[in-house]
Amino acid sequence: MNLTANKKTLALSGVLLGAIAAVLAYMGNPKNMAMCIACFIRDTAGAMKLHQAAVVQYVRPEIIGIICGAFLIAVVTKEYRSTAGSSPMVRFVLGMIMMIGSLAFLGCPLRMVLRMAAGDLNAYVALIGFVAGVFTGTLALKRGFSLGRAYTVDKASGTILPIAMVVLFVLSLTTTLFVSSEKGPGSMHAPVFIALIGGLLFGAIAQKCRSCFAGCVRDIILMKNFDLLTIVGGIFVVMVIYNIATGNFNLSFTGQPVAHAQHIWNILGMYAVGFAAVLAGGCPLRQLVLAGQGSSDSAVTFLGLFVGAAFCHNFGLAGVAAAAATADAPAVAGGPGINGQVAVIACIVILFIIGFMPKNKKN
Amino acid sequence: MYEVDARGLSCPEPVMLTQAALKSHGNDTVKVLVTEPHSKANVEKFARSQGKTVTVTETGDGFELIIQ
Repeated sequence: MNLTANKKTLALSGVLLGAIAAVLAYMGNPKNMAMCIACFIRDTAGAMKLHQAAVVQYVRPEIIGIICGAFLIAVVTKEYRSTAGSSPMVRFVLGMIMMIGSLAFLGCPLRMVLRMAAGDLNAYVALIGFVAGVFTGTLALKRGFSLGRAYTVDKASGTILPIAMVVLFVLSLTTTLFVSSEKGPGSMHAPVFIALIGGLLFGAIAQKCRSCFAGCVRDIILMKNFDLLTIVGGIFVVMVIYNIATGNFNLSFTGQPVAHAQHIWNILGMYAVGFAAVLAGGCPLRQLVLAGQGSSDSAVTFLGLFVGAAFCHNFGLAGVAAAAATADAPAVAGGPGINGQVAVIACIVILFIIGFMPKNKKN
Repeated sequence: MYEVDARGLSCPEPVMLTQAALKSHGNDTVKVLVTEPHSKANVEKFARSQGKTVTVTETGDGFELIIQ
């Protein structure tokens, strides 16, 4: 079935993706975090002890499933292409920046939409930054920015990441090599095989419908094309219905799970994510899908996200969730500390250098 | 025939190059070369949205789209 055929099939794709997210939320994933590419890569990096934040360590089968789901559907539909060679180290840096920006806000663009669907007004504030970031990225594209061509390479190259994900999954089930959080978001998860199947289906559908959260805004700005927004609309509607039905809809800035109300850093964090995603050719979800269908360049972007997650927690760059006062602890306003604030500003400066340096203009 | 070589380029560059080509050579036949199936689909959809007819041929390393 061609999911990109028309608005109805695109909306159906969004509804299916939203339904998978709703099931994962119902089955135990953290509140308003049914599916978050940045958070789940961060959790997986933590499980592998690349960082030591005890509350966010768990091998998330969803990440493994998305990459492998995209790989399998691409092979079956003959869309698998093993490619590489388009500015890999720039893509690595863009991956790191997407992670740093996401963890300043506490969520990737997908989680931003899920938080919006739960009434989290901080996510609507972040959306302003995200759209502005995508807009800045499109200005760079119009000015001639390009990461250059990818070339067809040995077929094995594109299979390495999916195979590594399968090995990671098997090791997570059969050994004690990895750690799992005993409390906090990392301790909340759907049953392993439901999460894996959810990830596989999510990856396969996202590959077929070309879902991209940065692309949906970019295509509207550049071409007045609303196709990708239709998919996001489907996800949003399903999650609004799910949240209302389960009593999770709470329209407010405060009291939101794994969130903070530091507006400037929500805006700037997602500004960096939107800007970087346009330069990299897709949001974190899209990078996973492209990596699954054979792009070694997107696999490198994934590694950038992975290492960026470790940096965020090892060097205190990640935002902290707001918390109400308890008998033992005072209230926490949350948001990124000074290290995270400097990092977000530095990321934005780097993005302007990458996107607007004259040497990046096409011949 | 005006040729656009968008092989190996990331989204949305193939569509942007096609858009520019149709603007500058809209009266000519435009040939677009792409590598990825999603780039082919995006260029094809964009060209049709501009009222053009598109013929797609699979080549060894991707797709050739003839836009008229």
